[in-house]
Amino acid sequence: MSDLYREHILDHYRNPRNYGTLEPHDRSFEDSNPLCGDRVRIDLRLDNGTIADIAFSGRGCAISQASASILTEMVKGQSLDFVKALTADDLLDELGIPISPARRKCALLSLKVLKAAAYGLNEWPE
Amino acid sequence: MSTLHAHTRQFDARALREEFPILQRLVRGGKPLIYLDSAATSQKPAAVIQALEDFYRTTNANIHRGVYELSEAATLAYDQARAKVARLINAPDPRECIFVRNTTEAINLVAQSWGRANLGPGDIVVLSLLEHHSNIVPWQLIARERGAELRYIDIDESGRLLLEQLDEYLASGRVKLVSVTHVSNALGTITPVAEIVERAHAAGAVVLVDGAQSVPHLPVDVQALGVDFYAFSGHKMLGPMGIGVLYGRRELLEAMPPFLGGGDMIRTVTLEESTWADLPAKFEAGTPSVADAVALGVAVDYLQRLSMPAIRQHEMELVRYALARLDEIPGVTLYGPVGEDRSGVVSFTLGDVHPHDIAGILDSEGIAIRAGHHCAQPLMRRLGVVATARASVYLYNTEEDIDRLVDALLIVRQLFNIED
Repeated sequence: MSDLYREHILDHYRNPRNYGTLEPHDRSFEDSNPLCGDRVRIDLRLDNGTIADIAFSGRGCAISQASASILTEMVKGQSLDFVKALTADDLLDELGIPISPARRKCALLSLKVLKAAAYGLNEWPE
Repeated sequence: MSTLHAHTRQFDARALREEFPILQRLVRGGKPLIYLDSAATSQKPAAVIQALEDFYRTTNANIHRGVYELSEAATLAYDQARAKVARLINAPDPRECIFVRNTTEAINLVAQSWGRANLGPGDIVVLSLLEHHSNIVPWQLIARERGAELRYIDIDESGRLLLEQLDEYLASGRVKLVSVTHVSNALGTITPVAEIVERAHAAGAVVLVDGAQSVPHLPVDVQALGVDFYAFSGHKMLGPMGIGVLYGRRELLEAMPPFLGGGDMIRTVTLEESTWADLPAKFEAGTPSVADAVALGVAVDYLQRLSMPAIRQHEMELVRYALARLDEIPGVTLYGPVGEDRSGVVSFTLGDVHPHDIAGILDSEGIAIRAGHHCAQPLMRRLGVVATARASVYLYNTEEDIDRLVDALLIVRQLFNIED
């Protein structure tokens, strides 16, 4: 019926994994897509350069939120270097759905937020 | 054909579709295209597409300069298109219709030319919460430069303007301009322009109306409305992209300084200074989009052949049908007024499904709608939503299109488990 809204995407949207916030956390970053209002925050707890725990929160379209949920599963227990080396295609492959140019920003918002957290940013540089 | 004949003829949208080549194509792997985004841009009938080709094949030359046959023919076609546009909106004189790129450029022209010459510290420009960003941002820019202030007319829960607030602003005696939309692109509200003009003029303020969503869909008479400026786009009324119109009352336009400087807009140029051409050339610097203007003239012919009252009637019936059908779907919230003051725009949400997901699933069914803030972020904030889904109809849409929309929304409900 819809290639974009396959069952696993809707499942991650309805039942997001690693959802919530971490207090205390070592890293936290939040960003939004101004055009559509999608918003994602990701908190990290680190142990020796490894992601010991991760949580995301936010709101927005199913693609943006399912992508965040899937991404947290991809990187939990991985090193920050693994996160820094992750590419957009790595995440898009994991989503496994045809993302049109118009929806790319929705799908990749979580990766942008995670990268910023991994590099220890508190806000985007001017 | 007599006007009477045009009025009494049955409006046959299904037959009209055949004249729009793009509506014959398939999308998303073989699904018929259901186009419900005409508030963003309209599709074009074959006659308009043909007019563009004909111009470049047979008439192309620059206007207002050559003494040769082609240039004369191009100039004549351009002037005839202006006369057609003027007749459509009942402008007293075609020279009061300036060709621009689109509504946005028309509003910027007034803001930069009239605004810079007439606004000063403490002066007030009144806008409304229904405005598209294109009728907000140009005023923010010039108000900041001139030290003027902006005020916004609020809306009630159904999306109608609260005119008492306009009266309050006008009572300050500082309002120089009221700039409001005729039809809200996000809610479909038709605003009481004639009443706004009457109140504004009584307080000595000039009125600009954003007609981007009205001229394509309603009979518009700028003299009956009494407006000082009226702006609209060709591409939303069957014409090409890249051509639009600013109507302005002659004495206002004549007193205004030029907007853009260049060729065609001057009388004489010396090394030190220049004098300006008469209207409309004063505001049409550089080579204009002649072919697009000519094709817009053909679009106007097309609309007038159908008659604007008949188009309006067709859209009213379609929207009444759409509102009733959508209202049957559990979880649907409809926005905008219900009544005669409603155009062919249907804004809605479905449960807590993000409008982009609604539009995404509809797209996979071959249905094109808009989802987002509709370039009206202040309005979305006022309504308390991040975004809405918006279906908008035009003369080529039918009840079957609405049925397909409803079927697809039922799929959305199912995918997202919306509770009854």
